[in-house]
Parts: sequence; C-alpha cells; structure tokens
Amino acid sequence: MTETLADTSAESPEYPAPRAAGCPFDPAPALRDLQADKPLSRVRIWDGTSPWLVTRHDHLRALLGDPRISADPGSPGYPHTTAAAKSNFRTRRSFITMDDPEHARLRRMVTAPFAIRRIEALRPSIQKIVDDRIDTMLAGSGPVDLVEEFALPVPSLVICELLGVPYEDHDFFQRNTKVLVRRTSTPEDVLAASDALTGYLDDLLSAKRVRPGDDLLSTLATERVDTGQLTRHEAARTGVLLLAAGHETTANMIALGTLALLHHPDQLALLRDTEDPGTVAGAVEELLRYLTIVHSGRRRAALADIEIDGQVIRAGDGVVFAGEVANRDPEAFPDPDRLDLTRDARRHVAFGYGVHQCLGQPLARVELQVVYGTLYRRIPTLALATDVDRLRFKHDGFVYGVHELPVTW
Amino acid sequence: MRVEVDQPRCVASGQCVLMAPEVFDQDDDGIVELLTDRPFPDQYDGVRESAAVCPAAAIRLEE
Ligand code: HEM
Ligand code: SF4
Repeated sequence: MTETLADTSAESPEYPAPRAAGCPFDPAPALRDLQADKPLSRVRIWDGTSPWLVTRHDHLRALLGDPRISADPGSPGYPHTTAAAKSNFRTRRSFITMDDPEHARLRRMVTAPFAIRRIEALRPSIQKIVDDRIDTMLAGSGPVDLVEEFALPVPSLVICELLGVPYEDHDFFQRNTKVLVRRTSTPEDVLAASDALTGYLDDLLSAKRVRPGDDLLSTLATERVDTGQLTRHEAARTGVLLLAAGHETTANMIALGTLALLHHPDQLALLRDTEDPGTVAGAVEELLRYLTIVHSGRRRAALADIEIDGQVIRAGDGVVFAGEVANRDPEAFPDPDRLDLTRDARRHVAFGYGVHQCLGQPLARVELQVVYGTLYRRIPTLALATDVDRLRFKHDGFVYGVHELPVTW
Repeated sequence: MRVEVDQPRCVASGQCVLMAPEVFDQDDDGIVELLTDRPFPDQYDGVRESAAVCPAAAIRLEE
C-alpha cells in the first residue's frame, strides 16, 4: 500500500501545472494530456500528497454530484489548496466548505435574493451602473486601466447594493479579498485579511440590527440572527463569502472576457452588432466555458469507496476537479478550443456542479449580459493599449484573470 | 412527458427557470416549483436541458 502510493506520487505530474507561454486562454498542456490519456489519475500537490485529478466533463459531474464526496476540509485526505488554507480552515469557515445538511441550512438562508425574478428586477439598475461607468471613461481620454475603471467597480457596486455594504469601503474589501484569492499569500496575511473582513461584516450586521435597510445583510440580521437561527459569527462569515465571491469573480470575467474578445475580432463583432438578448446570453455561457476563471481546482475528499469508470476512489482519498480542463473536453464540446459565441455551451461547469454550484450565478449572468451587451456597442473602437506579452496574468490566483488591462478607443 | 421535481434537493441555481420558464418557477426562497407536470411538446427541449444541467439532480423526467 505505502509502496504503491510512493510509486505513484514519484511519477505523478504536479498540480497546478503552468499554462503554455503565449496561450493565456488555454489550460495547462500537461493537464490536457491527462484528460486525453489518463482522465482519472493522481497528481502531486504542494504538500507532497497525491490526490486524484478529475479532468473529464462527465466524471466531474458524476463526482461533484455525489453525496459521498465531501467539501469539508476536515475530512480525511482533503487536498488543501495552500498551507494558509490548511492552517485556518477550522475557525474561518463558510458554507462553501461544509457538507449537507449544515451547508444546505446555511445556503437556504440566503437563496431568496438570487431567485431569477429578483435578479431580473435588478437589471435596470445594473444597466445604469454600467452606463454611468462607461460615461465616466468616455468623458476622460484613454488609455485607462479597464480593471480599475470598469471591471472591478461594476460588480462591486452591484454586490454592495444587494448586500447593503457601503461602496465607499471598496478599497478595504477589494484589497483584503485579493489577499484571500492569491495562492502565494502567507498564512499570517490570509488570517489577517479574513479576520478584517469578518470583523467588518460583523460590525455592519450589528448596525443593520438597529437600523435595517432593504438589503440582504439586514434580512440576515433581523430575520436570522435575532431569531436565533444564525449565530453572529455564521452571519458574518456568510457575508464575507457573498461579498468576496460577489465581486472578484465577475470582475475577472469582465476583464479577461474583453481581452479574449479583442483577440477574436469576429466574435467581438458578433456581440457588438446584435440586439438580440438570446445571442448575448449565449455568448455569456460560451465565455464562461472558454475562460473558466475559477481554475485552481475544486477540492474534495471521498467519504466512501466510489467506483467510477473502472477505477476505485477510496474513502480518504483527496479529489481535485480541474473545471477549466473539463470545459475543454471534446466529448462535451466539439472543437473545444474554439471560442464560438454561437455554440450551445450551457452544460459548462464554470460555476461548478453539485450542491455547491455557484449561488450567485443568476446575478453573474445578468451582470455579464449587461456588460458584454453594452461595452462594445458603446465603445466600438475599444482596443488594447499595450502589448499582450506585457500583461500580467493571475497565474497565482484561485481566480484567473489579468491584473490590469490598459485599453484605449 | 411527465416532470417531477424534488424540492429538498434543489439548490436554487435558477437554471431550469431560465431554460423552461413555462414549466419551472421558484418560490420566495428560490426553490423550484412546477407550473405544470405535463409540458407541451415545444417545451420538451427546455425541460430536457433543465434536467441535464440541474446541479442537484432535482428534476426527473418520464418520457
Ligand atoms: C462569473 C462569475 C462567477 C463565477 C465564475 C463563479 C464560480 C463559482 C464556482 C466554480 C463555485 C463552486 C465552488 C465549489 O464547488 O467549491 C462558486 C460558488 C459560489 N459562488 Fe460563485 N462565481 C461567480 C460569481 C458569483 C457571484 C456574483 C456571487 C454572489 C454572491 C457568487 C457567490 C458564490 C457562493 C456563495 C458560492 C458557494 C456556494 C455553495 O457552496 O453552496 N459567485 N462560484
Ligand atoms: S436547476 Fe435544479 S437546482 Fe437549479 S433551480 Fe432548477 S431544480 Fe433547483
């Protein structure tokens, strides 16, 4: 047993693996090879352990949908992302790292504002936020950093409105979120950022209890904490999860999506020249698939032996899911490396799969539909203001994207 | 075609409502509700796609 494990780990490829130079949109070639040759195999991660890596679309859905697969970092064999994540998972949790029934109990307390009807009702105010930001950019002159001036403010303004977080504090929460999503942050820095955000949300929730508004944090404070259904700490941790996941992800989709479209002018033209909401909605799904920005591997552990495709994943084995590779699975998406805004990409797993599938997806979809449906129509001459080789990509982030995107028009 | 939903499993992803709005709806908490358990043939595609993408396997079809 020990011998087999040692053998496999010695020859296992390392995970995460680097993307190829000059191919910023494509997943790591080493992982693509695994998908073709050995779709369920062991990889070596930072702490020397060898979890399974799942690279095929059908395997990913089968396993992430399986209740014997645990998202709890306390489960034996759980493949932690970093030393920092490993060191503080016990005290700083939110429902993204819990299993049902605890996960379901906490998630259901915040699903209401993400229902399709409620999110559709936000579309006009999202449109206004997007238009205002474009007006401001156009009032000045290029080049500007699209990340700083547009991609980050838009989803931050939206999630602030939904949660009831003052947007004036955006420097604070954006800076601390950046620490949380960087793989290279030290355990001390992660701890400090996490505590700063939790304390901030706790203060906000206390203020809402006294003076509630028409927002999600007020509902949590008055209907959940005051009634004893949630502890203050649980409410604050839920708030941190929603605030962090609610701006950093969509921001990266906006900037990286724009870069991908500038690289594929025919596809950009398709979006720029359409008035059809269905075409824009389809384009959003394809960009989600093609870019799969949450690229650092969803982490899970097997609670029981699971047989899949002739192999057995044993209880106590770690499992890592490479969504960015699964979304390029030729069995699921013909000609997968082509960005084709007209394809039916709805079965992508960019929002994950199973009970942890993204809670904010209805919001992210509408935000991206408004952004992609507006930005290139209003600025048809939008162009990159630097050499693509000089852009800094977030290779070290749990969420992929660009650090800055200088553009002009 | 007959459709069934399993509300305790639903995780309120909203995808079925986007794909087959005449068949699926959400309650105040975003949990799936059936508007009809016998969709019309022109709704079959949307219903099949909903069952295929549902992350919680909360939609069952009988054809
Ligand atoms: C395009 C933008 C987004 C992408 C690509 C994305 C992606 C993801 C992925 C892959 C997961 C699954 C995590 C796992 O299985 O371990 C997830 C979960 C989650 N996302 Fe998003 N997300 C986006 C936007 C948002 C927004 C706008 C919110 C708003 C609050 C949000 C809130 C959440 C929450 C709360 C979870 C945890 C769900 C659970 O554990 O039950 N996300 N997201
Ligand atoms: S697709 Fe599934 S999880 Fe999502 S709302 Fe419909 S039934 Fe619920």
